[in-house]
Amino acid sequence: MTSSAARISLDEVRHVARLARLELTEDEIATLQGELSALLDHVDKVRRLDTADIPPTAHPLPLENVLRPDEVQPCLDRDVVLAAAPAVESDRFLVPSILGDAP
Amino acid sequence: MSEARDGHPLDGGVRAIAEAVRSGEATAVGIVEEAFRRIRESDTELHCFNLLTEEAALEAAASVDESVARGIDPGALAGVPVALKDNLCTKGTETTCSSKILQGWKPPYDATVVSRLRAAGAIAVGKTNLDEFAMGSSTENSAFGPTRNPWDVTRVPGGSSGGSSAAVAAGLVATSLGSDTGGSIRQPASLCGVVGIKPTYGLVSRYGLIAFASSLDQIGTFAVEVGDAAATLEVIAGHDPADSTSLGQPAPSLLDRLFDGVEGLRVGLISDFLADVAAPCSKAADDAGEALARAGAKVEQVSIPEMLLGLPAYYIIAPAEASSNLARYDGVRYGLRVDGPDVETMNARTRAEGFGPEVRRRIMIGTYALSSGYYDAYYGQAQKARTLVIRAFEAAYERFDVLLAPTTPSTAFKLGAKTANPIEMYLSDLCTIPSNLSGHPAVSVPFALDPDGLPVGVQVLAPALGEALMLRVAATVEAFASPSARGPVRPRPTGGEVEPGG
Amino acid sequence: MGETAYETVIGLEVHCELSTATKLFCACANQFGSEANTNICPVCLGLPGSLPVLNRRAVELAMRIGEALSCRIEPSIFHRKNYFYPDMPKDYQISQYDAPINVDGALELPDGSRVGIVRAHIEEDTGKTTHIGGGGGRIHGADHSLVDYNRAGVPLVEIVSAPDIRSAAQARTYVAELRAIVIAAGASDGRMEEGSLRVDANVSVRPAGTPEYGTRCEVKNLNSLRSLVRAIEHEAERQVAIVSAGGSIAQETRHFDENTGLTHSLRSKEEAYDYRYFPEPDLVPVVPNAELLAAARAGMGVMPVERRRRLVALVGSEGTAEQIQTVIELDLDGLVLAAVGAGAEARLALARTANEAAAKAEGARSLDPSAFAALLGMEAGGKLSATQAKTVLAELIDSGGQPGDIARRLGFEAMESSEIDALVDELIAQHPMEWQRYQAGDPKVASFLLGQVMKATKGRANGRLVTEALEARKG
Repeated sequence: MTSSAARISLDEVRHVARLARLELTEDEIATLQGELSALLDHVDKVRRLDTADIPPTAHPLPLENVLRPDEVQPCLDRDVVLAAAPAVESDRFLVPSILGDAP
Repeated sequence: MSEARDGHPLDGGVRAIAEAVRSGEATAVGIVEEAFRRIRESDTELHCFNLLTEEAALEAAASVDESVARGIDPGALAGVPVALKDNLCTKGTETTCSSKILQGWKPPYDATVVSRLRAAGAIAVGKTNLDEFAMGSSTENSAFGPTRNPWDVTRVPGGSSGGSSAAVAAGLVATSLGSDTGGSIRQPASLCGVVGIKPTYGLVSRYGLIAFASSLDQIGTFAVEVGDAAATLEVIAGHDPADSTSLGQPAPSLLDRLFDGVEGLRVGLISDFLADVAAPCSKAADDAGEALARAGAKVEQVSIPEMLLGLPAYYIIAPAEASSNLARYDGVRYGLRVDGPDVETMNARTRAEGFGPEVRRRIMIGTYALSSGYYDAYYGQAQKARTLVIRAFEAAYERFDVLLAPTTPSTAFKLGAKTANPIEMYLSDLCTIPSNLSGHPAVSVPFALDPDGLPVGVQVLAPALGEALMLRVAATVEAFASPSARGPVRPRPTGGEVEPGG
Repeated sequence: MGETAYETVIGLEVHCELSTATKLFCACANQFGSEANTNICPVCLGLPGSLPVLNRRAVELAMRIGEALSCRIEPSIFHRKNYFYPDMPKDYQISQYDAPINVDGALELPDGSRVGIVRAHIEEDTGKTTHIGGGGGRIHGADHSLVDYNRAGVPLVEIVSAPDIRSAAQARTYVAELRAIVIAAGASDGRMEEGSLRVDANVSVRPAGTPEYGTRCEVKNLNSLRSLVRAIEHEAERQVAIVSAGGSIAQETRHFDENTGLTHSLRSKEEAYDYRYFPEPDLVPVVPNAELLAAARAGMGVMPVERRRRLVALVGSEGTAEQIQTVIELDLDGLVLAAVGAGAEARLALARTANEAAAKAEGARSLDPSAFAALLGMEAGGKLSATQAKTVLAELIDSGGQPGDIARRLGFEAMESSEIDALVDELIAQHPMEWQRYQAGDPKVASFLLGQVMKATKGRANGRLVTEALEARKG
């Protein structure tokens, strides 16, 4: 299934997996390399399109200025929310140690 | 409206059931009990449902019957058993998206469409199986096992709304809700011999639909007949202030002129797919075109080559949006958590274990397509390709009132037939994807059977907010369809031959 | 070998919480200090299936900030900024990227200098994490962390300045002025101590006079004006030390430590994080129409620059800048204007407000301007000495009443000019040497002589009249 030259390198696959927070084994990385390369082959005609004067479409809709009034509405019961949480301490969501600041 | 088969009101269809319950001729409880009886009989084999809500359903049904007895309006869909795709939030009831990562999660709120159905007196009987996070075309990507096609249990029902489609096709419920991002209602409808409607983007609120690809997702309806699928759609459609992408209009009337016929309408049969689909599928589209011509429409073939850009553009845009929509599943606030020494490791392990291979694949390609250095080449280009598809549709709708096309490139394939090669599976969406990119409505109508006796659907497409016209044409197509081509069908409990519904 | 002089180049990013009743995309209360996780809903918690809906008032207030900073208000869209962090419910932040609502403005500082505003865009705030087990609540060495999402989804406007700031002092003035502006605009309460205003500083150095920018570092965690100044000064020093020794600056993010006064590296920014921005599909564009702009403009308070101009028009700009600043910061400029309107002399009104009333600012805000003007008139006309006037003012602020009554009750009566003449004559007789130096024009001895009279009269004498009497005898 691999094309002669993979469109995406193993390092790139690892980098993407880090960005996407997916812990993958080396086997999985190798398999994904093949699958992603094949998919990139498949979508290549879009990449090669001449779209010089074509604007992108983010939405199929013509809407604008959809706004709501600044009025407080009842919110969720804390107990209900925390009941779904994997780990809780002092009414807060508990997570294992954070290694650094936000990027 | 079809008459009740087997004599049971449950087979009467949405409109007939509601009428019978509202008039007191039938009880909601009786109908719902029959639904659960059939589910118990067939679903071990079919696995349409991830979860059943029998107690709540019977309570709701009893409440409907009480309203009727007291002369209070029980709602437009009173007593109608409905199945909900398990990516629709149901308050207090497990909603999993058929994924391990959401196993056990109970939303603290109802999706808007669910609230509207309940307010109309419809009875939710359970949550149906789907491809995990709606990513797939066969329901084989479910973390909880596939759903089987009631026409042939060795075959797939299609996907991602396979459970919802099969539940209607098997006569277990009168109607169901699905979601359609690249064809996930229309394709399983075609493979299961039922009607599946994808409405105009923005017509139905997405609030409470667990997002896959936000600019493409739409909730739609399944039923055996066009009129019934339309009746359900009428109830759930209309502006919702909780969804910023919800169109301003109230719900349109879809049933008024459903049987007005197609005299003088201009129909364009999209020729670009015909070469890429199996013979029974292109033949069905051709035959449907001829039928419409006999009914008075002006039918012509039209080539819209931009349609073929749809698939590659979609397989960039949808995974890109999905990679962002699925980032929230990180083990912090709800759902699965796999422990780790630090939060980054915990996130990465949780997601690797909680997501199946197809979801991981799409997150990866989506992340790549948005990443620095590749955004312009992939996501940027795909959004431009999308513009080309939209413009092509708009040009076509200057010449035609509606368009006609096959729904799927093949009929129901065997379980496991396409799982080895993801791209082969993706090709199932060839004919359906363009409407998601444009935001236009489309409907699949069962039309014929293939030489193996498997159902083949045909697609009617219309411009934005053209549902009424689209369904009118669909109703005519339906009138000319082979009656054996549509459900419900009920396999014998041993999984033997199919008994067509009529 | 000459030493190179280095110039510090500073750009500031100020995050300003808007004072709306509800959050940016949901109707949860926007309220500081609530119990953890009590202001949350499916939307701000990012629960599966939830969708954002934009707060109209947040748009109006963002436009107000744009107006106040002389920005162009443009049609804008939202983008997703994708990254994982526990305080981010969706693991993406809804923000604005290449089509922000406000662009190309400027902020005029009290000293007349201008700092360019590149953009001021809308985005949602994150939740708050507390770190447990690391000592001092720091991330480093913490065992685990706890997250409160009350703040998640609170509306922010991020104001990005051009790198036009050249000193820590100027940076401080910029932030103080920006704060005054957003408060005057009614857009934010500007409380740095509550996190309503947060500053990140981008600092670089370059040899003075060179046009190229040096490598910059971002300094975060500056939650007071004092920290801002200390952090920038330290960071500039750090960079100059490296560069002048021939080294190069690593582009990175640094954290300011309040206790040590130092910045330390958090992580290397060799490659900027890939946020994979793309247009937010769940929201539609915001177009500044007449209705929104009108709502934005209505209720816009008087800007600090205008308040300064009004006072300068009355008192001139010579030597008044500090007093004007004080009076505006304490919201007492209205009092000065009203007192002048009631007949008070402007410079005296300003001085007494900035120097004396300021000590009792809260009470002074409800001081009756005509009573104040009357008191100032008594001082100006010589009926009260400065010292006496200050005492009466304090009482007037504390208990109200009329200045004339208070003066009488306190036994302050003006000294007759004949009394003053007699004292001055006695003074001259007692200090012949000093009198000679006074006549020669020695300013120091003038103060001494005046001081002697004030001592003898226990402050009752009117200093101006004494000085007039001395001058008259100069001959």
